[in-house]
Amino acid sequence: MKHVLGAVCGASCLMLAVPVMAETTLTIATVNNGDMIRMQGLTSEFTKKNPDISVKWVTLEENVLRQRVTTDIATKGGQFDVLTIGTYEVPIWAKKAWLVPLANLGADYDVADLLPKIKDAVSADGKLYAAPFYGESSMVMYRTDLFEKAGLKMPEKPSWDFVIDAAKKLTDKSAGTYGICLRGKAGWGENMAFLSAMANSYGARWFDEQWQPQFNTPEWKTTLTTYVNLMKEAGPPGASSNGFNENLALFNAGKCAVWIDATVAASFVTNPKESKVADKVGFALAPNTGLGKNANWLWAWNLAIPAGSKKTEAAEKFIAWATSKDYTKLVASKEGWANVPPGTRTSLYQNDEYLKVAPFAKLTLASIDAADPNKPTVKPVPYVGVQYAAIPEFQGIGTQVGQQFSAALAGSTTVDAALTAAQSATEREMKRAGYIK
Amino acid sequence: MARMATTRRVMISTAAAWLFGFLIFFPILWMGLASFKTELEAFAIPPSFLFFHWTTENYATVQERSDYLHHAMNSIIIAGGSTLIALLIAIPAAWSMAFSPTKRTKDILLWMLSTKMMPPVGVLVPIYLIYKSFGLLDSRIGLVFILCLGNLPIVIWMLFTYFKEIPRDILEAARMDGATIGRELVYVLTPMAIPGLASTLLLNLILAWNEAFWTLNLSTSSAAPLTTFIASYSSPEGLFWAKLSAASTLAIAPILVLGWFSQKQLVRGLTFGAVK
Repeated sequence: MKHVLGAVCGASCLMLAVPVMAETTLTIATVNNGDMIRMQGLTSEFTKKNPDISVKWVTLEENVLRQRVTTDIATKGGQFDVLTIGTYEVPIWAKKAWLVPLANLGADYDVADLLPKIKDAVSADGKLYAAPFYGESSMVMYRTDLFEKAGLKMPEKPSWDFVIDAAKKLTDKSAGTYGICLRGKAGWGENMAFLSAMANSYGARWFDEQWQPQFNTPEWKTTLTTYVNLMKEAGPPGASSNGFNENLALFNAGKCAVWIDATVAASFVTNPKESKVADKVGFALAPNTGLGKNANWLWAWNLAIPAGSKKTEAAEKFIAWATSKDYTKLVASKEGWANVPPGTRTSLYQNDEYLKVAPFAKLTLASIDAADPNKPTVKPVPYVGVQYAAIPEFQGIGTQVGQQFSAALAGSTTVDAALTAAQSATEREMKRAGYIK
Repeated sequence: MARMATTRRVMISTAAAWLFGFLIFFPILWMGLASFKTELEAFAIPPSFLFFHWTTENYATVQERSDYLHHAMNSIIIAGGSTLIALLIAIPAAWSMAFSPTKRTKDILLWMLSTKMMPPVGVLVPIYLIYKSFGLLDSRIGLVFILCLGNLPIVIWMLFTYFKEIPRDILEAARMDGATIGRELVYVLTPMAIPGLASTLLLNLILAWNEAFWTLNLSTSSAAPLTTFIASYSSPEGLFWAKLSAASTLAIAPILVLGWFSQKQLVRGLTFGAVK
């Protein structure tokens, strides 16, 4: 018995004497997008280089993630070490001191290589509060075969008049081909992303310099009337419930002649595994009305560190890895250049190998460059953001307005009634929030 | 002639019952079918019902991407644990209210039910802060506790109505024979209430298994059950229906199997009490 006891004590002492490497576990919250899933799959490459760090992923649907992460960050719950957040949240959360500024991304990170518009969108007071993982704008995707057959030629910078005219000409409802597919599903990130960008090109704005809502202006009336009439004449049936995915499915099935949506869709519609029209797709900048603004938005999914995290050093290491130039090369070596996360770095758009496999690359870059979150529309505005106003109240207001506009598209209300309801709802919320009296 | 009319009536009602059953079952069937389609086919308009290219690639992707067993084990522990604890609390509570009611019993029952009328999001932040202080965030114990509390009013109400159906005379007879309260509960009341107990247990197990609000908000990875497993397959940009269907089919499979084998008890229990 004594021997056994001695042996146990000895073994315990030996075990204690072995230096134990302290492991930091990072909990990363993200959305279920192709690029994010690819990043999860490549995590082992990061942990191989950093054996003292392990990674746990929490993947959630965008709106669930937003609510979940907001609760945690507002209560300083400390459940997450790295968050995936959009350009809408970054300036608001940075102002509330909810995010840790990224000051130690490493000497070889090359911050100057980040696309200026995207870098601006994730910075506040000159400090980087999030690192862009992938960025996007919106552009026109169209069927080259249908355009050719109809004797039409899409300009690189089309006007709304041309797009509307072409959409009407190319509509053949009996054959199940619709001239244009646009977002109609209600939501601040759904139909309002498109309609706000379209309104910018018509010279409309969400608020004037005194935060007074502007839905009672002729610019908004023209925007909404044009949109509703165009969709009625040349859009698919049930368009008021179509979002990105529904339109993607319609376009890939060959049912849309023109689709204006996120640049990230370009890789889906040109992928023969997913699209029936992969080799018949052309691209152009989002339409304009000659007022100097195109109807395109700017968005990026970014990685940030919440103020409640106690593992900021490891978290910053991960962010630097996932948003670096080396990560892009890693994805290219494993899955090909067509699958690298787009829209964040200048160097990607100078890479011949990428340009070879991504025919939409130049237009993606041009679209991102054409969007200006600080000057989104023709007239001056008091807010930052192209397809949103970066204020906490916008999510609620945007969704309410989106519901009105979706109802106008569905025909359950008129354009005038929808605009009046949008104006009064926005005025009410802005008064409640103290922006106006 | 009368026999023919009866046969026809039986045939019509059988066909109507099958049609109704099929309609109820259709969303699950559609989900199962979609899980064997490619993403493009799952989203295709018009949709194909049976004649498509069948593939198991979605299940392979789901297995590769997520740890199904980890999530399933958490679901079993959280749903099972919360249901058992709720039953342990609810049996004596319902017993006392059914057999020794006071003038406040009805008010208490109504008050308990009223807690279910408040939307849970209203108390999310206070609960989150309490959980943070007690270190219960992302813990199975924390989820067992909150789901137990959430379902307790329903468990008590169901058991109360079942117990009310049991004739008091039987309990009085047991007492005359010298049975204590404990013996009365274990040997007299419980065997008589078994169908009711079984259906309460099953219904609450299903409720706890499917509960998504608290499980999504109070867990991250360690305690994440199958609801978070499903939520991770919805995507704002990209086709995801087929993979989501595969994940959902896997998530409901255990509870579907359990429901299938215990349907007799479930139906018997649900038709036993006053709550139909």
